[in-house]
Amino acid sequence: MSGPSTYQPQHPALKWLEARLPIIGLVHSSFIVFPNPRNLNYFWTFGGILAFMLVAQIATGVVLAMHYTAHVTLAFNSVEGIMRDVNSGWMLRYLHANGASMFFIAVYIHIFRGLYYGSYKSPREVLWILGMIIFLLMMATGFMGYVLPWGQMSFWGATVITNLFGAIPLVGGSIVTWLWGGFSVDNPTLNRFFALHYLLPFMIAGVVVLHIWALHIPGSNNPTGVSVKDKQDTLPFHPYFTVKDLLGIVVFLIVYSYFVFYMPNYMGHADNYIEANPLVTPAHIVPEWYFLPFYAILRSIPDKLAGVIAMFGAIAVLFVVPWLDTSKVRSANFRPLYRQFFWIWAVVAVGLGYIGAMPPEGGYLIAGRILTVYYFAHFLIILPLLGLFEKPKPLPASITESVLGHGGAAVTAGAPSAPQTK
Amino acid sequence: MTMKTLSTKLAGLGLGVMLAVSALGAGAAIASEEGGESAQPTHFPILKPTLEPWSFAGLFGSYDTAQLQRGYQVYKEVCSSCHSMHLLSFRNLAQPGGPSFTEAQARTVAASYQVQDGPNDAGDMFERPGRLSDRFPSPFPNPQAAAAANNGKAPPDLSLMAKARAVERGFPWFVLDLFTQYEEGGPDYIHSLLTGYKEPPAGLQIPPGLHYNPHFLSGPAIAMPPPLSEGQVTYTDGTPQTVDQYSRDVSAFLMWAAEPHLDARKRAGFQVIIFLVVFAGLLYYTKRKIWSKVAH
Repeated sequence: MSGPSTYQPQHPALKWLEARLPIIGLVHSSFIVFPNPRNLNYFWTFGGILAFMLVAQIATGVVLAMHYTAHVTLAFNSVEGIMRDVNSGWMLRYLHANGASMFFIAVYIHIFRGLYYGSYKSPREVLWILGMIIFLLMMATGFMGYVLPWGQMSFWGATVITNLFGAIPLVGGSIVTWLWGGFSVDNPTLNRFFALHYLLPFMIAGVVVLHIWALHIPGSNNPTGVSVKDKQDTLPFHPYFTVKDLLGIVVFLIVYSYFVFYMPNYMGHADNYIEANPLVTPAHIVPEWYFLPFYAILRSIPDKLAGVIAMFGAIAVLFVVPWLDTSKVRSANFRPLYRQFFWIWAVVAVGLGYIGAMPPEGGYLIAGRILTVYYFAHFLIILPLLGLFEKPKPLPASITESVLGHGGAAVTAGAPSAPQTK
Repeated sequence: MTMKTLSTKLAGLGLGVMLAVSALGAGAAIASEEGGESAQPTHFPILKPTLEPWSFAGLFGSYDTAQLQRGYQVYKEVCSSCHSMHLLSFRNLAQPGGPSFTEAQARTVAASYQVQDGPNDAGDMFERPGRLSDRFPSPFPNPQAAAAANNGKAPPDLSLMAKARAVERGFPWFVLDLFTQYEEGGPDYIHSLLTGYKEPPAGLQIPPGLHYNPHFLSGPAIAMPPPLSEGQVTYTDGTPQTVDQYSRDVSAFLMWAAEPHLDARKRAGFQVIIFLVVFAGLLYYTKRKIWSKVAH
């Protein structure tokens, strides 16, 4: 995806294909010889992990859809049919439900990594924004997927979240009716959520292609944040990063499997094993764990419209981080102050998640408000000011120098062009 | 600790790490305030469930067949007179990983029920003995009839009961549960509830028709009267015929009913994780070999 391919097909059939559709050359230049900084750490394997999770979710989801019935009187029991009577149906459903959580764990680590190492800065702003669009699409997909089993939390979560649009002045009520396809969350809502839940992952896949395209123009950032200067700074994608990414994926799969096979309901809510009942409201309506920080921000603000704006603002502010951060230095490793503020912000974000799971009263409400203010202050005040006042540590002259700096063996000159020929 | 001192304390702490940590601490403090019985309970359940040793807990846990059979007996002779279990069929009783009745036994159980079928060729509904493919018959024809016969509150279906109730674990337990692999909150709750009936503390008024139970999730009193009594169900295998034992057995049975493939799940999980750990080990050494010639 960057420049003409160096791929030289040998077999006549491949030559024939390459002359007509250079798709093997595209794969070759993108995932075989593509130059990656040699100093990437394991946080950079989360891109590959996320690609794997998207495919896994689509694969399990398509099979689940073959057994699922999107109707208010049948949905709950069809999911139980999958759990009880479909061959290995319990495994498919637990893989898919926990897969959503694991997908979000991976994406949050991926986003935190980007924030820590300044991966959003020039020339990667578009790459970052595409990532945020994927994040938004993931949230929509996750939310609608949670509605499909038609349990109590599905129904009441859908009611609460769709009602948020009612806060829009003048047209709010009409928009909510339009979203519902009626005057409450009901069968038309379930049907359209199923259709959209099936559609959105393919839109995510499309944006992922753009995301990788935008990544392959400047190439990956790296832990030093120093740009690649010459060939010595990089290693070819294969075999160096294929094997490293694969190791990351398999270790991630061990954690994923632990949840699927031993704690399959840990990240779910017990009330979702009760069939949806519009006449009985659960004591606490709680969204999926991955929405909790945003839910806490929503509830911290007494006014409904302002709360909704703040909640969406918490995501919107991430879109403009490349322009809020005024520092020229990318990596927090060389920004002593930003490094501390990053970790404070990370704890604040996790704290908001905890507050989001608690009832909005007393100390929780006050703590939620303080954390909300800090969340926004981090991006809108601290980040722009830090760049002006912070004195960064001296940067290494190049990636190669930084690698040799911490006691590595001498860089084998030309290693990139001769990967593992055995 | 009152809310007022709590909030001033919180406000005084300022921003950042300290605050987040204290917010977590406050959560734990509030959680630990529960647990005492009083005339004005504010948090439910008043008492947390007691943690019981279950045969199906842990990495190698599996259902105890004899216990599930006894549990089914308790369900059939006691619970099923009011509670439906509409997601289960008689064939499930003979499935591996469950009570493991023989097919002949399951057939006999099914045939002991009269099930409505039809319409036949004459257009009439008729009654016939139950078959393996039939669902467990419900005690009431519809939720309204169930409510009318039970003081206005329909007894809930028990198919998923062991997964549909969870008492909040609170910090730090919900983190530790990840490592201790605690997923038996449902049966623990059911067992505590069934054995938790007692006299209310002095000063607490219980409305007529309700029964004080400090383990009940949604209030101080539950509509269900104490369902079990000593010697009520006759076990043939010499197991003690106590309320505690009945409750244990039926809780295990309800866990199986809610999660019938638990045995297969844990067995598959062990194989999957062993495979992945070996695979990861091989990949680790492959990666080290590939990267050994380059500084990074």
